Amino acid sequence: MTQQILFFVFGAIVLGAGVAVVTVRNIFHAALWLLLAFFGVAGLYVLLEAPFFAAVQLFVYMGAIGVLIIFAVMLTQGIMKEKQLPFNEQWWMAGLMAVLLLAVMVYVIRQLPAVTPQALQWDSIDLLGMAFVHPQGFVLPFELASVLLVAALLGAVTIARER
Amino acid sequence: MGDAIVNVSAWIEGLLLGTGLSEPWVSFIMTVISAFVIAFIPVVIVIFLVWGYRKASARMQGRLGPNSSGTWAGPGGIVQTFADAIKMLTKEDIRPAGVDVIPYNIAPILIFFIALVVWAVIPFGPGTVIGVDLNIGIFYIMAFSSAALFGVLMAGWSSNNKYATVSAFRSVALLISYEIPQLLSVLVVVMVAGSMSMQDIVGAQRSVMYLIALPLPAVIFLIASLAEVNARPFELLEAESELVAGYQTEYSGMKFGMYYLAEFINSVAVGAIFSTLFLGGWQGPFVDAAPILGTVWIFAKITLMTMLWMFIQITLPRLRIDQILNFNWKFLVPLALANLCVISIVNKLINAQASDWTRAGILLLTNIAIALVAWTLVALGGRQKRRQYEAELEVVA
Repeated sequence: MTQQILFFVFGAIVLGAGVAVVTVRNIFHAALWLLLAFFGVAGLYVLLEAPFFAAVQLFVYMGAIGVLIIFAVMLTQGIMKEKQLPFNEQWWMAGLMAVLLLAVMVYVIRQLPAVTPQALQWDSIDLLGMAFVHPQGFVLPFELASVLLVAALLGAVTIARER
Repeated sequence: MGDAIVNVSAWIEGLLLGTGLSEPWVSFIMTVISAFVIAFIPVVIVIFLVWGYRKASARMQGRLGPNSSGTWAGPGGIVQTFADAIKMLTKEDIRPAGVDVIPYNIAPILIFFIALVVWAVIPFGPGTVIGVDLNIGIFYIMAFSSAALFGVLMAGWSSNNKYATVSAFRSVALLISYEIPQLLSVLVVVMVAGSMSMQDIVGAQRSVMYLIALPLPAVIFLIASLAEVNARPFELLEAESELVAGYQTEYSGMKFGMYYLAEFINSVAVGAIFSTLFLGGWQGPFVDAAPILGTVWIFAKITLMTMLWMFIQITLPRLRIDQILNFNWKFLVPLALANLCVISIVNKLINAQASDWTRAGILLLTNIAIALVAWTLVALGGRQKRRQYEAELEVVA
């Protein structure tokens, strides 16, 4: 019962904040709403009894990606000027992509087997760690992602270096 | 003579059950009580710490410090903090023109909330009754303290003050960069202990504390944590001579008080986390015979770390931002990374049946070797730079 109430609370936070992100006119406020949405997702992970994912959500999305977004917003020119409309002439394209993405996600989620509480009895951190480095697991995508990040890091250093 | 906290909580639980309340209600009330206790421990510590800090800093600078507040001073001016708190609570809440109202008001709450939330996973004794023993304990602390940045960013941005905004920009540069060596050194501890739970990390230090086995991560963690809590050699966010009072310039009354309290709470929390990770937490002599001593030991260690923080904070001057960032990116991060790589290999190579002392000894030797290599590299680099500089001088002459 409590869990269901909390689920609806966190779901309302995520959805409300998500709507606010795209409708608010002040771009700094939009970034803050996005952070609130991330926080709501972390709450949903806690309800799923996945504290590790909740902490990762806080750490990666709020701690890293959120800061990056806010920093980019703060360095945007003209942010203190008059509030602008959140739409431009490409809104229909963005809307189309959003609908397509939603369709794909609904399709993929419907393919998944239903998760029962009994299926969640294992220690998720150990299993996750094993899955990342096990040859039968996700070792190739994991390493590829690492290579991609290193490439991005090197690119950033190259761009920022004084000549 | 059992564990004090366990005994007290069992006593209250029995009292509640005796009134005829049902089981779930009692456990709910117990949860609420322990949440209140956790929130009060740091606040109560800080009320006396503020006084102690002012006294200590005054003595180190050849002053007397607080010794009278109005009519009655109390021994050594100890009621000064209460007088200050009452003054702060009754002050007018000024809102400057042009602030961004909602972020401006949320920011102090957020910072204070995160300062308190960290205390939930710190083990104060062998039994975990107060707070929780999350299996991701230390990661939970790191995740929440990384979110504290938004309090600073929101405060600096919404104040509509250029000094506050510069402070917010600096917070990104300083806090994010020092988070990296901090995390890398925590990772070493997690790897050697084999768990992220705070109780397990304390348990792993049963015979030898990690300060002895892993001195290098301990020092890196301490330096990075001091930077994270904005202590003096790294005090860039509120550099008085440059930024008025940093991101909190436009705050007054209790909102300013919340920043002030949160800063002290965070500094004590660093002491508590350091004690748990590297000083063995509640472990100490005679803990097995009398578990109540565990609570005494952890508070003794926190006190020790807090005094160290005070000493550093009061006696060191502030560094420039480029010096601080260079020190982090060119020295601390590579050192922490090398440390992590080498220790992870060495730790795997040690026989699993080896005693705790053997393991600690090997890790200590590895640490010393890494430190020597790092020292040599820095010395060589410095010498080369000096030669270059001297050669340039000769060309000019």
